[in-house]
Amino acid sequence: MIRMLIPLGVFVGLVALLIVGLQTAEQRKIVASPLIGKPVPDIRLPGLHDPDMVRGVAELRGQPFILNVWGSWCWACRVEHPFIERLGREAGVPLVGFNWKDERADALAWLNRYGDAWSFHLVDFEGRAAIDLGVYGAPETFLVDHQGVVRHKHVGPIDAPVFDDLMRRVLALRMEAES
Amino acid sequence: MNFDRSTKQDAGSRIVSLGFLALLWLVPGLLLASAIEPMPFRSEVEERRFRALAEEIRCTVCQNQSLADSDAPLAQDLRRELFFLIQDGRSDMEIREFMVSRYGEFVLYRPPLASHTLLLWVGPVVLLLGSLIGAGIAVNRRRKALKA
Repeated sequence: MIRMLIPLGVFVGLVALLIVGLQTAEQRKIVASPLIGKPVPDIRLPGLHDPDMVRGVAELRGQPFILNVWGSWCWACRVEHPFIERLGREAGVPLVGFNWKDERADALAWLNRYGDAWSFHLVDFEGRAAIDLGVYGAPETFLVDHQGVVRHKHVGPIDAPVFDDLMRRVLALRMEAES
Repeated sequence: MNFDRSTKQDAGSRIVSLGFLALLWLVPGLLLASAIEPMPFRSEVEERRFRALAEEIRCTVCQNQSLADSDAPLAQDLRRELFFLIQDGRSDMEIREFMVSRYGEFVLYRPPLASHTLLLWVGPVVLLLGSLIGAGIAVNRRRKALKA
């Protein structure tokens, strides 16, 4: 009798494994950034309003900052834009725009239309700096601490719960920087 | 007699036209087989290395395609980066490390053998051996039962 139950047990085990697999499939789609806990890559890129002015994230050392990857072609960036505006107003840290694989004219028109909430923009037209950041889709939002270490990354548009989570994390990073 | 010959011819031409259709059917496959754009490789060895690496690196936006298959803009960027890395004289190991340090182990179609991937590598072998042993035992038992 017990021997008859062995195949049933194996079967139930397999079914359980597959159910767990299916339920975590959504989670596995998000590629965890190996950058978290590591220093932010030293990217230096031209600005958006002034292409001659090359700026880098290194100049922000000493304070936490948010880096937000966007593009005028990116539909989800428009969705998250109200929360980007709130981050710009309420986070109390620099909010860097990383304009990814965009045309300058399109990007400027987009900002004109929807509002420029960022502290300043870095332009990565070719997408090579984005590879150093491990960017694989816009929008993406990175939190970097005052020592220049990447502490958090959010992939996809920011909605209300994500906004609250980001604000909490930024606040913690600000406290850390002050202590 | 005459009838016979005409059917033979018919069959022959039918085979030829079928062959032609089959060839036609392969054409889009050949065109779609790879999304790789022509690149100025310095040697054939370089090109072969490029293709091999592009085959084993996953495109992260289109997760079930390799860099070689995908036409996504990011895949194009990553192929260009791969090209630069090869031109730069980096080894295959260094290139894999480059991709993993940016996109995580997920980018490798062949995950490295490590403690957390042990089940993945050894699992199928264990399963196969287990079922073979199980089947052997069952067959043996039945044979003995039949003899008795």
